[in-house]
Amino acid sequence: MTEVTTLQETKTGSGYAREVLMNLGPQHPSTHGVLRLLLQMDGEIVERIEPHIGLLHRGTEKLFESFTYTQIFPLTDRLDYLCPPSNNLGYALAVEALLGIEAPIRAQYIRVIMAELARISGHLLITGALPMDVGAMTSLLYTMRDREMVLDLMEMISGVRMHTSFVRVGGVREDLPEGCEARILEFCDIFADRILDYETLLKNNRIFLARVENIGNIAAEDAIALGLTGPNLRASGVDWDLRRDAPYEIYDRLEFNVITRKDGDCYDRWKCRLDEMRESLRMIRQCVEQMPKGDFLVDDPKIAFPVDKDLLAHSMETHIHHFELAAYGFKVPKGEVYTAIEAPKGELGYYLISDGSEKPFRLKVRSPSFVNLQALTERTTNVKYLADVIAMLGSLDPVMGEVDK
Amino acid sequence: MMASEVPLAKVLERFGGKVELDETATDMPCLLVPPEDLVELCLFLRDDAELQFNFLSDICGVDFHPEIPRFMLVYHLVSIPNHWRLRLKCRLFDPPAAPTITPVWTTANWHEREAYDMYGIIFDGHPDLRRLYMWDEFDGFPMRRDFPLRGYKDNYNPLGATRRDGGGGA
Amino acid sequence: MGVLTNRFQDSVFFTTSDNIINWSRKSSLWPQTFGIACCAIEMISAGCSRYDLDRFGVVFRPSPRQSDVMIVAGTVTRKMAPIVRRLYDQMAEPRYVIAMGTCAISGGVYNTYAVVQGVDCIIPVDIHVAGCPPRPEALLHGFLQLQDKITGTRVLRAEEPETLPSPEGA
Repeated sequence: MTEVTTLQETKTGSGYAREVLMNLGPQHPSTHGVLRLLLQMDGEIVERIEPHIGLLHRGTEKLFESFTYTQIFPLTDRLDYLCPPSNNLGYALAVEALLGIEAPIRAQYIRVIMAELARISGHLLITGALPMDVGAMTSLLYTMRDREMVLDLMEMISGVRMHTSFVRVGGVREDLPEGCEARILEFCDIFADRILDYETLLKNNRIFLARVENIGNIAAEDAIALGLTGPNLRASGVDWDLRRDAPYEIYDRLEFNVITRKDGDCYDRWKCRLDEMRESLRMIRQCVEQMPKGDFLVDDPKIAFPVDKDLLAHSMETHIHHFELAAYGFKVPKGEVYTAIEAPKGELGYYLISDGSEKPFRLKVRSPSFVNLQALTERTTNVKYLADVIAMLGSLDPVMGEVDK
Repeated sequence: MMASEVPLAKVLERFGGKVELDETATDMPCLLVPPEDLVELCLFLRDDAELQFNFLSDICGVDFHPEIPRFMLVYHLVSIPNHWRLRLKCRLFDPPAAPTITPVWTTANWHEREAYDMYGIIFDGHPDLRRLYMWDEFDGFPMRRDFPLRGYKDNYNPLGATRRDGGGGA
Repeated sequence: MGVLTNRFQDSVFFTTSDNIINWSRKSSLWPQTFGIACCAIEMISAGCSRYDLDRFGVVFRPSPRQSDVMIVAGTVTRKMAPIVRRLYDQMAEPRYVIAMGTCAISGGVYNTYAVVQGVDCIIPVDIHVAGCPPRPEALLHGFLQLQDKITGTRVLRAEEPETLPSPEGA
């Protein structure tokens, strides 16, 4: 839906100038969901960008307050719907911090594997969609083909392609199925070459480069003031990655590089994601190698369902705990905690205030896309023409589910 | 990232008595600050050569209805050079109002608009304080605790609650 | 026309007009490129390499004026509802609507102040595809069901002609 309203027309010496207000979205293929942009244009030059969000505001945070802690997992899936396991992980860490428990080591490995697979699936979509937005359709078909491999792995692990809800407070729902490690390694082998394919497809493409290079540069200090995180921040040259700088789960046991770029333009953001996928592959490989055998869920009948389902048939106590847990949920001690993880889009924070009941008193999601999208409005970037807005928007990679919550 | 690491003594000294340390928070150091000192404190935290809290991570509104003071704003700061985190809490009475910190961190703009939209907290001096998520004509502030989850009943919302006078803080 | 080439002499085929109209309608169902939320990602998957909706004659069109089918893929919020309705109104007849996913069917888990409880509150729906989100196979099945539905309709004489009231009896 694109509409144009004329604000004023002025006759000048060389011809006549027209200042118009242009509406882009919410139904527009390159707004990545239901984002509406109001653009004040002077000819083809963009004077002002005014995003209108909230078209997907579903009241998730209000809903959190009436759900038990376990019921919230499926809701977190639907925030950043390109990479649900990361959302699950961040939320589980917040609840675990208040409970004072930690997931077993094997569970942590499984979570990290899934989070990194999710990062690949999230980055794949945008590394394909950004070139598509600027006119190179082929790359999306390639990346979506390979994204299916990731989704197949997700399906093998959890039974669902997209909204896995696999993480539980105190571990994960089930152990990895038999033969899964081999499949993951096989994927790593295939996928390493594919990343090279995407890169060679576009790296020297003059049309693509003309549309993204030196477009939408964000300087490092501006990026920090704007609150950018994730690849958007690192593309501007700020060396900040929570996986390394505030390690959670087992990230401190893994060896990886934090990818940074210098210019902070659209190309750098695209390239940064491409290189991050390589690092993710490295991490997944290390995880599969290092992963010990053992429990995948804490052995606490008040928090987690019993691992041994046979116990339900024999032990009265287990049965009662199971019923209590399923019917009422578990109580979380009074307190507050803020946990942040490095989600594919950036710093995903959960600020949880508990009043000691089975439901959170307040659960605030610090969603990275919400903050990243704000960079579009600022004049610190050198977005000049209408076509640059599309490239800029695509390279910021907002997911509207997360922006609007 | 424990509370003891961050040299907050100088902050407490500088703001003598007005800013207090909140001992209840365990995951990161936390300061209680009255709204009138908020901007000054933020500027100090950002510009101090040792502290360098240059990154605003999040602003969260909380409604403690029917407690008094009713509202709270929670700011999460990060010092990227030092890898520290810090939480600021600011209690607000009803009707809630706080100064804007947009001049300190640009990113505060949308966070504050969100808090206004969801809780009705007025940010004095905010450049563009409009509703962010809900449409302009929307009545009430949905995240307040006396606002019903399903909203109020109308033609398009048959499952909503029946409106009582004064409900929803509208 | 590969399979038909050189198989017949110059001939006349007999069929009903309804058949030929329905056949042409169902063989080129063009949906709008219009995704709202999570289901849109599965819709893209269905359109891309592996599932390849194109082989059913389903080709995505960016403009509502050129499209026949609207896939409501995601949660329709109160703020979005007028826009969905407007996009539907902009489509040329005959037009069909597929409600994809639980949110579009009934609001799903989002029984809140902001969400329309089912898109059939605002536009008529032909096919409901269940799932959260539905797998691409389910969407393909939805399209096949829609094609079946089109096959059974009558175009030239949609209803039995009404018996006109006679002027004498009035």
